[in-house]
Amino acid sequence: MPAKYHIHVRQVPPRFSPLAKSTIIDWAEGCLRCATCVKEQCPVDAYRKRGFDRSQFVDTIDEMCRDCYRCVQGCPRELIFKAANPQYRQMGDAYWTPEILATTWYQAETGKIPVSGAGYGGPFAGPGFDSFWTDMSEIVRPTRDGIHGREYISTSVDLGRKPMFLTFDSNGELTWPSPPLLELPLPIILAEPPFAASPGGMQDIIIQAAGNLETLAILSRNRLGPVPEETAARLMPSYTAGSLDLDDPLLSQLRTLEILDHPEVLEQIEAVKRRYPKLIVSLKVPADGKVVERVAELTAAGAEVIHIFASEQARGLGDSQDLHLKDLIRRCHLRLVEDRLRDTVTLLVSGGLALAEHVAKAIICGADAVIVDLPLLLALECRLCRSCAKGGKCPVEIETLTVKRGAQRVINLIGAWNNQLLEIMGAMGMREVRRLRGEVGRAMFIEDLEKEIFAPLFANREVETIKREPN
Amino acid sequence: MANPKKVIALPTTPQGQPWEPVHTPARFRNPLSKYRVYRSESKCIKCGKCVELCPYGVFTKAGKYLRKPKSYLCLGFECQKKPFYCVANCPAQALRVHQHPVYNTLGDCRWNGDLLLSTWWQAEWGNLPYTDVEYRTGGSGGGFDRLRFLFPPRRGGAKIDHRDISLGVDLNRRGDGRPQIRVGVPWYGGGMSFGSVSINTIISRVQAAKNFNTLVSTGEGGYPEELYPYDDHMVTQVATGLFGVREDTLQRVRMIEFKYAQGAKPGLGGHLLGDKVTPAVARMRESVTGSALFSPFPFHSVYSVEDHKKHIDWMKEINPRALISVKVSTPTDVDMVAVGSYYAGAHVVQLDGSYGGTGAAPDIAKKNIAMPIEYAIPKVHQFLKAEGIREEVTLVASGGIRSAFDVAKAIALGADLVQIGTADLVALECLRCHNCESGRGCARGIATTDPELVDLMTISYGAARISNLYYAWSWQLKEILGLLGLRSIRELVGRTDLLIHLDYFDKAVDDDVRERA
Repeated sequence: MPAKYHIHVRQVPPRFSPLAKSTIIDWAEGCLRCATCVKEQCPVDAYRKRGFDRSQFVDTIDEMCRDCYRCVQGCPRELIFKAANPQYRQMGDAYWTPEILATTWYQAETGKIPVSGAGYGGPFAGPGFDSFWTDMSEIVRPTRDGIHGREYISTSVDLGRKPMFLTFDSNGELTWPSPPLLELPLPIILAEPPFAASPGGMQDIIIQAAGNLETLAILSRNRLGPVPEETAARLMPSYTAGSLDLDDPLLSQLRTLEILDHPEVLEQIEAVKRRYPKLIVSLKVPADGKVVERVAELTAAGAEVIHIFASEQARGLGDSQDLHLKDLIRRCHLRLVEDRLRDTVTLLVSGGLALAEHVAKAIICGADAVIVDLPLLLALECRLCRSCAKGGKCPVEIETLTVKRGAQRVINLIGAWNNQLLEIMGAMGMREVRRLRGEVGRAMFIEDLEKEIFAPLFANREVETIKREPN
Repeated sequence: MANPKKVIALPTTPQGQPWEPVHTPARFRNPLSKYRVYRSESKCIKCGKCVELCPYGVFTKAGKYLRKPKSYLCLGFECQKKPFYCVANCPAQALRVHQHPVYNTLGDCRWNGDLLLSTWWQAEWGNLPYTDVEYRTGGSGGGFDRLRFLFPPRRGGAKIDHRDISLGVDLNRRGDGRPQIRVGVPWYGGGMSFGSVSINTIISRVQAAKNFNTLVSTGEGGYPEELYPYDDHMVTQVATGLFGVREDTLQRVRMIEFKYAQGAKPGLGGHLLGDKVTPAVARMRESVTGSALFSPFPFHSVYSVEDHKKHIDWMKEINPRALISVKVSTPTDVDMVAVGSYYAGAHVVQLDGSYGGTGAAPDIAKKNIAMPIEYAIPKVHQFLKAEGIREEVTLVASGGIRSAFDVAKAIALGADLVQIGTADLVALECLRCHNCESGRGCARGIATTDPELVDLMTISYGAARISNLYYAWSWQLKEILGLLGLRSIRELVGRTDLLIHLDYFDKAVDDDVRERA
């Protein structure tokens, strides 16, 4: 058994007060000056500890408040209120919700799994990754205790082409060299977000975090500066058709790279492989209407790794905009299964992977590993105001963040995510993330549950007119 | 100030007498509300007209002095149409009614502000609010919140009298010679251990259970001596950690509950927060200081139905008069698990969904692992029927039952009765801040063992509030049954034909049971 993979998380406090969901409003006018003010009785002493954050014009009481409402309910003149914080609601967008931002910050700060009391309070279900549930084991199937460490759950995945069989000559030697394979200890690859206040700093943070996590960093070759030899092994530079120069000295130091799909890409790969046979080449394919065909075609032609990328909101691209990434992954996976080629190729997916459960769920749908981009920026306290994309100022001054601090926050986030992957797998009784791939039988999709359970009970029912008139 | 108000109430009803609601106001000075009635002190001429006009008691006088308006009693914007609308009638234009800013911050999708406010109302008064605060459903957008009862038109005088409607449920349907337990209402209290909630909370719950002749589970955390007087109304839990499980506690009770899994953390054991993993703890458990820990899951002595039977046989041997309940979560093969539990000898099979729980549970587990309880109930009910054993199993649904309507819907989907937990806590003025597990625990003195915080609540208050809620629920269930022409809650089991699902139904449906003025 290999040594247990462990991510070293370490508390990194935020530099800016995170925006709170609700805010305390307390009026001074009409105050009776009670002998004992409710503010003195705050269970977390928030009124005593409150300060004013001059850089953001916010009262720091809101980040300490634990929503017990005792002051609101206790003040004899009803001078204290809690009100929804419009600044919080305005963060992010419909997909990257304020809740996603807040939980990402928490994980980047602490490296811990978000835990709360009082049951689940969210919506019944939602689109995309929120439309299915993962399975668990009880009584007749064992679960696995992964986090506690009593049982080993492997999160390792392999990148590269896997031959379906081996052939041997009369001496018992392999008749052809085995293709290169790269093992990652976790099914998560880090990638540069589409925008950042300080793109250079972001690259350094991602490279350092990838090194620490022993995974890869996908960065655009165009923007990449000089690369020290020791970091080259952690890089997966991203090339477009024209930007790949076979004489680039970097190529000899790399283990893997990525090329954006184009009509002559197979010839280009062949040229790369001829010169650098140990290089693993990943093909970046848009999740558009042709993605299933293209993935099948490239795999049949011998592709080693295929990276399917969707939109920032986990939607398909072009004519596939109405489809969610999860469905596109399922289709590609199933097609390769039908073609009896699924095990030969590694499928990576990206776009809209925002929460820890998205990793497990993308893998259940058929991906081997995922590529994470925007959450890495969120880990640095980004509020997704997108001001930097328009050349504006970053409200949380990401450009002044040190690489060490930023990298540790990214490590914390991925550490928490990996532990949550262990939880999902442990509950299912899975010992290897490799075996989670395509295991849709261990998931429950809402469309299936509706079809099997609710539709026979409630659909197309002949309801007599026994309805009471609404009054 | 947040001091608990003393309640003038009998702690419990003498055995055999039905509970009558006892007005038990909020422990905190300003009850939270949907609307806020504001009176400008500078404009008010203290004429007292508002006191005369408002039939809801929002305005009261103490001598010549006008008290602060009781906003939570206000009818709200609907009152604008009434001749006695205070704002329109105030000669000094000193009054305003607006939505309370706090309202938008209350609750979450499942327990939204309306459901919290209406549950607090029921716990205070024992009846339903007259305002437009929703009391039947929350805002989760699916499951129970999209199901509605389809009542036939009310015919004058045709309604069945409440006294002729039975809510009782027998728990032993195996006919194996073990004693019968008949609970008076189709619910009992789910396991919330000492530690996760205060002893005052537990005793409040069990006193209410006694008032309505039902049960409460201890949860996994031992059997405190304070509960010995209530042995006949206790269910004790045996869970993977075997915390506090002793032969004598098992022998005290009429029902023993095996917890194989719980809905809030399906497939996972207890969760020890990182803060509590000190270097000594970490050394003991061979883990890393500050990293969260999980207690064992599952029962490592149970990997088959045969092992499961061995467990049940063992319990039956220790306590020959006890019924056995098996609590499981909702995996894909939940129907097989239920059948297996029946063949292993269980009297009660309990399906636990992920919307409940006071203890710490990872957010990822609550949201993503195991299927919603609304699907699991009909799946198991139909499977047991097809197997020909439905009549011998008592099927309990739990983990997300918030209102009397949820109880009725769960039963109509196929359960015999339900288990509740969070609703009891909401009756005690829990506002679902989700911080039960952290630091000193619940700042409102419900789910905590911190001595100072525990003192925020008395048992007499707690027992009365929960009993009032149970009273209001019983009334609603009888009303639902009466409107459907049923005389017993037993007749509702599996009657999905009485329900519609809004996703599959395009006409307006209103299943409000209140008599509107």
